[in-house]
Amino acid sequence: MGMTMTQKVLAAHAGLDKVHSGQMIMAKLDLVLGNDITAPIAIEEFEKAGMVTVFDKSKIALVPDHFAPNKDIKSAENCKLLREFSREMDIENYFEIGQMGIEHALIPEKGLAVPGDVIIGADSHTCTYGALGAFSTGVGSTDMAVAMATGEAWFKVPEAVKIVLRGKMGKWVSGKDVILHIIGMIGVDGALYQSMEYCGEGVANLSMDDRFTIANMAIEAGAKNGIFEADDRTLKYVSEHSKRVPVVFKADKDAKYSRVIEIDLAAVKPTVAFPHLPENTRSIDEIGDIRIDQVVIGSCTNGRLEDLRMAAKVLKGNKVDQDVRAIIFPATQRIYLQAMREGLLEIFIEAGAAVSTPTCGPCLGGHMGILAKGEKAVSTTNRNFVGRMGHTESEIYLASPAVAAASAITGKISSPEEVIK
Amino acid sequence: MINGRVFKYGDNVDTDVIIPARYLNITDRAELTSHCMEDIDSEFIMKVKSGDLIAAGKNFGCGSSREHAPMVIKLSGIKCIIAETFARIFYRNAINIGLPILECPEAAKDIEDGDRIEVDLNSGLITNITKGHIYRAESFPEFMQNIIKAEGLINYIKVKAGSL
Ligand code: SF4
Repeated sequence: MGMTMTQKVLAAHAGLDKVHSGQMIMAKLDLVLGNDITAPIAIEEFEKAGMVTVFDKSKIALVPDHFAPNKDIKSAENCKLLREFSREMDIENYFEIGQMGIEHALIPEKGLAVPGDVIIGADSHTCTYGALGAFSTGVGSTDMAVAMATGEAWFKVPEAVKIVLRGKMGKWVSGKDVILHIIGMIGVDGALYQSMEYCGEGVANLSMDDRFTIANMAIEAGAKNGIFEADDRTLKYVSEHSKRVPVVFKADKDAKYSRVIEIDLAAVKPTVAFPHLPENTRSIDEIGDIRIDQVVIGSCTNGRLEDLRMAAKVLKGNKVDQDVRAIIFPATQRIYLQAMREGLLEIFIEAGAAVSTPTCGPCLGGHMGILAKGEKAVSTTNRNFVGRMGHTESEIYLASPAVAAASAITGKISSPEEVIK
Repeated sequence: MINGRVFKYGDNVDTDVIIPARYLNITDRAELTSHCMEDIDSEFIMKVKSGDLIAAGKNFGCGSSREHAPMVIKLSGIKCIIAETFARIFYRNAINIGLPILECPEAAKDIEDGDRIEVDLNSGLITNITKGHIYRAESFPEFMQNIIKAEGLINYIKVKAGSL
């Protein structure tokens, strides 16, 4: 029986010709990632275990992004721990404020993830790099600690859900709508313990930013990873960002899947996930009248350049509703700079939105835009759990940058078509 | 042998309610633990006793990769979690820190809040003393049993390194 894309990548890193789902393997890692929340515990465990050196100082990345720039003294201590550990171990990929960005936007941009890699990160959205044809998955701090020392991690080889994409997305529809649509269809445990493998001629119609967004939210369907077969567009992206050599793995023709789903991209409508689960989706024409207090555009899901361009297209020449706070946070410094050069930041500020330095900030209810009791937000982030962005009685509606921007203008959840005729 | 009272929850208990992100800058483990389950059950931490268990529905621990989640549950005194299914990173993290967790839909559905439960990890046998019911969970693969026995992956690696 053939192997899935994920199984092939894993087999190659476990030094095996073949693996099958359910098999326990040890795999070599190309990158080990951590942030200011998870790495402090990993560093503590690393030291507690008496480990003294890291396996490869070029294959570890530490990014202070969650409570950074330091939101308070405790956060400052955590970031300091990261900084000092990086110096002590001579870690090459520590990204200080000024160079940093939200880790999952930053890692591909810095060329640290390429097709065929096996990557673990002590952050659940590490699955983002599957957009490049890598196997990448979120783990915990203990896994990170051990991996920093040994360069290996244990995995149970997953089964896969095959998602065949056809056609082309309509106007105002983006990768975010596609993944919300899929999660609405299969549920938040619809791909539990499995890979989500994207294929079909529709993939060629998705930009890299769309693919990052789709792979990013694999975890919201319970998946271990999401993965796209690398194509010409992927290889072009990689050659522009990395010096490393990509290895393209393709699924075998006779690979076995637990389930096959077909998606006609042309039929996907702008989609919104209602509180308090990403699976509570409705298409834009089923929303009703929902007034909102805040709009957040950014995060590792939708803080990339195309997302900002989309938001700017809607906001240009318009004004944010007087009852709405709109906060836009470009995901990395490079994206921020490019958005500035293209005049996007000017459009945002003229519309009355606040633009923030890169940070996870409001996405996890950390800082820079916390919700009070009873408040509602439209957000381009990835989770709308109880209390995720603030008070346990606040509400988050997940949407695309286009819908979020339109909602900021009207003060209620809206389609971009209501704003731009 | 684990023997204690059960705290019962529903489906999709996520890491944001197990330990809200607003506390994640706290490094003091006792202080962190005082917020365990706060956003889903504000009385949990007052009521929990060492030896107790949690039972829940599908996809327990979904959401973030924060190891703080299984860690505070373990530190609160909970000795085992029984659920229909677990989110995968939570599953991994629990094993890696030596917190036993069992997937057993039958038990997870039948057990009610406050039931007294006995668990034998070696055999995977779960006994509901209150109701007089017995359920069978799959026991762990040997590799994972060894990690749990060593009280977590770090110790397991240390023991392995020591024996080489
Ligand atoms: S932006 Fe949000 S989801 Fe992404 S890494 Fe930061 S906190 Fe996690």
